Amino acid sequence: MGLNPLPTRASVTVDPASQDGWVTSRLDFLVNWARAGSLWPMPFGTACCAIEFMSTAASRFDLSRFGMERLSYSPRQADVLICAGRVPLKLAPVIRRIYQQMPQPKWVISMGACASTGGMFDNYAVVQGIDTIIPVDVYVPGCPPRPEALIHGILMLQQKVMRDRFKDRTLHVEIEPDPDSQLYIPPSRIDELSEPFGNSVNQTRSAP
Amino acid sequence: MTERRTLEVALGTSGLNAHGQPIRAPLTVQSGQAVALDARALREPEIENDHMLINIGPQHPATHGVLRLVLELDGETVVRCIPHIGYLHCGFEKIGEYRQYNQIIPWTDREDYLNSPGNNVAFSLGAERLFGVECTPRATVLRVMLMELSRIMSHVVWLGTTSVDMGAFTPFLWLYQERENVYNLLEGWFGARLTVSATRVGGMAADLPSGWLDGLRAFLKGFPKTLDESVGMLETNGIWAGRTVGLGAISAEDAVNAGLSGPMLRASGVAYDVRKDFPYLDYETYDFDVAVGTTGDVYDRFLVRVEEMRQSVRILEQALRRLPDGPINVDDPRLILPPKHKATSEMESMIHHFKLVMEGPRPPAGECYVPVESPKGEKGYYFVSDGTAKPVRWRIRPPSFVNLSAIPKMVEGHLLSDVIAINASIDIVMGEIDR
Amino acid sequence: MSEATRASVPSSAVTATQNGAVQNGAVQNGAVQSDTNGAPITPRGVVHRGGTPNATLPALVERFGGAIVRHDVTWGETCVIVQRDAVHAIIRWLHDEPSQRYDYLVDVTAVEFREATRPLEVVWHLRALAHRRFLRLKVELPKRLPLSVPSIVDIYSGADWLERECYDMFGIRFDGHPDLRRILMWDSYQEGFPLRKDFPLRGRFSRAEQLKQALAANPEARYSMEELHIAEAFDALPEDMKRRLTVEREAHGDVERGA
Repeated sequence: MGLNPLPTRASVTVDPASQDGWVTSRLDFLVNWARAGSLWPMPFGTACCAIEFMSTAASRFDLSRFGMERLSYSPRQADVLICAGRVPLKLAPVIRRIYQQMPQPKWVISMGACASTGGMFDNYAVVQGIDTIIPVDVYVPGCPPRPEALIHGILMLQQKVMRDRFKDRTLHVEIEPDPDSQLYIPPSRIDELSEPFGNSVNQTRSAP
Repeated sequence: MTERRTLEVALGTSGLNAHGQPIRAPLTVQSGQAVALDARALREPEIENDHMLINIGPQHPATHGVLRLVLELDGETVVRCIPHIGYLHCGFEKIGEYRQYNQIIPWTDREDYLNSPGNNVAFSLGAERLFGVECTPRATVLRVMLMELSRIMSHVVWLGTTSVDMGAFTPFLWLYQERENVYNLLEGWFGARLTVSATRVGGMAADLPSGWLDGLRAFLKGFPKTLDESVGMLETNGIWAGRTVGLGAISAEDAVNAGLSGPMLRASGVAYDVRKDFPYLDYETYDFDVAVGTTGDVYDRFLVRVEEMRQSVRILEQALRRLPDGPINVDDPRLILPPKHKATSEMESMIHHFKLVMEGPRPPAGECYVPVESPKGEKGYYFVSDGTAKPVRWRIRPPSFVNLSAIPKMVEGHLLSDVIAINASIDIVMGEIDR
Repeated sequence: MSEATRASVPSSAVTATQNGAVQNGAVQNGAVQSDTNGAPITPRGVVHRGGTPNATLPALVERFGGAIVRHDVTWGETCVIVQRDAVHAIIRWLHDEPSQRYDYLVDVTAVEFREATRPLEVVWHLRALAHRRFLRLKVELPKRLPLSVPSIVDIYSGADWLERECYDMFGIRFDGHPDLRRILMWDSYQEGFPLRKDFPLRGRFSRAEQLKQALAANPEARYSMEELHIAEAFDALPEDMKRRLTVEREAHGDVERGA
């Protein structure tokens, strides 16, 4: 765990004296560098994590350092959907639709325990992790995660962006959900991802 | 070699209309020639008398959460407003029936997440009434400090986000820096910034670390200056006043009948503050005023909340001076765990610890409702107990829920942009509305 | 430009002529206590049972004696359990009567107990701001009968959403409510009424099934028929959307507008 150090070999060589102002680089690197340095977030903030997201965007933990100060509330102009907060079942079609409205390339950060796994809300009303409805790239645990934790997640996403390669055609392909059930992963997998972890479902005794 | 075509576009117009202006006729290309489209075919339908149906939300930057407003608009004027909520319904009250009393406290944090410490205190007050205990003098003053800090935190978010809604971004940044200072204090005391779980049934989660009171004094010295700066940018600002004065007014009778509470009610002129009328935590012994407005419009609510922040600073200073020493937990073995060193060495204490943790404290059968003045209004938890460790019913009386139900009345007749301002003035937290 | 005036709130006088035992110079009116000058104070020494009831109680017994099933004082709060048919008249009297003036509705909720045979209780919390009183009113609804109580939206406009939530969570119908439909769950929610004791914590269906039903609830379908007719846009909708909306409304019954 932890951040992988960026490759040390320089991807861009600059020598103004000898090269007469020419710069060579891989196209992958330039495009990824541009994308990672200006990931425009779409804050899908629902609950307490949204407040910590706002704190991250405020002066002390400035998101502007990462090029992310331009919050985009229209999904059509956003790169990364940051789902901050719990997502109840009533909100599930909304987040699915917003994800589908974002143009490729797009990424998703699931911020907080509730967005990642359902958190402390293991009940009838809450989606047990938004990865059951939309594909997620980075999970940031915490309840709510500290701004530093969110920034760690953003840096991990930036590294993931830097690893994109044009020749890998499996990246950034829009996943179509099954037209009947609207699920994009099999139901058995959803049940497996949503398995309870032992909190009491009994009203008259402590043990589950 | 690709074909090249040259289009000859008619530079002349189709003539002049009755006002002597050139008739605008859209052109299209047919067989390489520019041809004017038949203007009659393009006549727009008469829509002046139709009403538009506009959907705001549930994902929207200015709805303060996942609120959905469906508006019927006549031009820019709102004719009808139909709010839809429930997009953050997470089954709090259901879960409360499956958890012991102390285990429910983290849920109270997440419900009105801007007022976490205040919710914790409200919960403990209600649960302690159900158990028939009263907290210690030191805990009483600590809880007052938590409630007022929480009020400041919540109003700061309200002021910051309302300014952003109306286009003023700077107060948000200045006020959020103050919020960071409070976060540092809370983190030093409880380990968490936002969702603190500050109290327990019968006492507090932890006592103050050394140096904490100096931190609070430093905050109280700096906060009024920041507040004055931020409010000074807005109070007499022409844009702010133009966008808030006379908007969304609700009369005192309507407000009382609709069950509004908190700054919404006081801005309309009704002097109901739970701290004064149904006191708790010895609030009657503190010297503070309650801000009451006159017309109940958005500007009055703004002034009421700003004044509440100043009064909270006043209460905090008094609480600082009167904080007594002593235990923070009530001396009741039904509720309080034994000290750790005893629980790991003495058999009785170990069993006591085990039973309290595994089974949870059991109150006598009964019910109670203890309201407090949260930043949003009258907040209370209604407990019904049947003598077991988990409540039969845990009801959250949500002030924002009832306050929001009055929005259709307040918004009708105003412009679309006013809807945002009025919605912001209610100070809603969807976590509390939908629970 | 209006100004918020700073005012010390004068507390409503609680006179010593109310039913209250004078203890240590303090007047106890259940959980609402005052000092010797009548100013409200933080309650201390609130007893579990047998406290002094609210001043409203004798007046209520005198006026509606037959409709009152029982009353008690728990933790200083007066609780009156009444017959279902008298509830609306009682609340109307409590609201209008000048000596009572319960002008503030705090809450409308319901309680289901764990014993299967114990009836459901619908609870109203009322407050008289001028007299500084709090009253809890209850109606017991046996589970074998249809769960319905009169709506008090005509008395308190704040009851609107509170009653809708009670319906959504418990399935209790409020007769006379102008628009009784679900408020927290989506309109076509099929799993039941969540706060009932026979409703499991994690719901009745599997997670995949819950997601399927939630995702099938299209965002367009969130517009009620009333809203679509405002825009006169129903005819202009695409065919499949029109069909979807019509089918949904027919399948779940049009509970809006009491149809």
